[in-house]
Amino acid sequence: MNTPRLEIIEQYCKGCSICVEFCPTNVLEMDGFLVKAIRPDACIGCMQCELRCPDFAIRVHKD
Amino acid sequence: MAFDYDKYLRPGKLPHIWCPGCGHGIVFKGLLRAIDACELEKNRTAIVSGIGCASRLPGYVDFNTLHTAHGRAAAFATGIKMAQPDMNVLVVGGDGDGVAIGGNHFIHACRRNIDMTYVILNNFIYGMTGGQFSPCTPTGDKASTTPYGNPDPTFDISKLAIGAGATFVARTTAYHATQIDKLIAEGIRHKGMAIIEVLDDCPTTYGRRNKFRSVVDMMKRFKELAVPVAKAATMSKEELEGKIVTGILHREERPEYCEQYAEVVKRAQNL
Repeated sequence: MNTPRLEIIEQYCKGCSICVEFCPTNVLEMDGFLVKAIRPDACIGCMQCELRCPDFAIRVHKD
Repeated sequence: MAFDYDKYLRPGKLPHIWCPGCGHGIVFKGLLRAIDACELEKNRTAIVSGIGCASRLPGYVDFNTLHTAHGRAAAFATGIKMAQPDMNVLVVGGDGDGVAIGGNHFIHACRRNIDMTYVILNNFIYGMTGGQFSPCTPTGDKASTTPYGNPDPTFDISKLAIGAGATFVARTTAYHATQIDKLIAEGIRHKGMAIIEVLDDCPTTYGRRNKFRSVVDMMKRFKELAVPVAKAATMSKEELEGKIVTGILHREERPEYCEQYAEVVKRAQNL
């Protein structure tokens, strides 16, 4: 399976850090008030970040 | 393929007005996934709200939407359903809007068992107006109007709905993101009044007054306190103290109000 592709929409992100805390493989990190995917290769496509992002700011593309 | 939320959103409306970390966005996404799962047609679906943070939700969605007076969402929704019984009617609102200011409309909509789905986002506080305590603020917790702790006992919205006669009552939390859409979808498919209570986090006006260091702490607390309804059945009352029982709490079949009313119309016309 290909590594899922993370799409972060920066203008929607409000920096709540929910996605960073609930990512089981530490793909994400806060960079000031914005989330950054620092280890995108570690993404397992579990969707925890997308499901709990209140701001429609992160999407996981598995295709 | 990631879920395509855009097809249900009004273009150009995001980012929404909710604060960073507010759970309303999580419930909003769950609601859209549930609508998608039930394949509701946009033109045959109405989303109604009152006033409050949660009640801003219809402004972002591309359905028939109605943003009404404070607490009166259930009354307006009843009007829509009576006028067009084949319309799918959904109501969204907060705890203050639903069971304090609109408490009367809420219980009577439950009593009538009118076919609609009411998603009530219980964040324990009046968020929009500045963090005043609501009937759902836990006893002892702080709000802007109870700086020394809230002396009032708390409303249990699900029990209130069951007592008032709703025929489908479910509860979940903003942490349980996948359960939100499953329960809302069940509620939409149910014929009759469906209440889905979603316990939600308000980091801005509730969390920081009550010693939550971050929104993540609030989410983790939901995770710790939640007990699925099947497990709760095996636990004693003492063990369940302070826990949040999640899942479908009540389901029964009872005549639906619009159908009953149509019968009355038929009887009257035969006279």
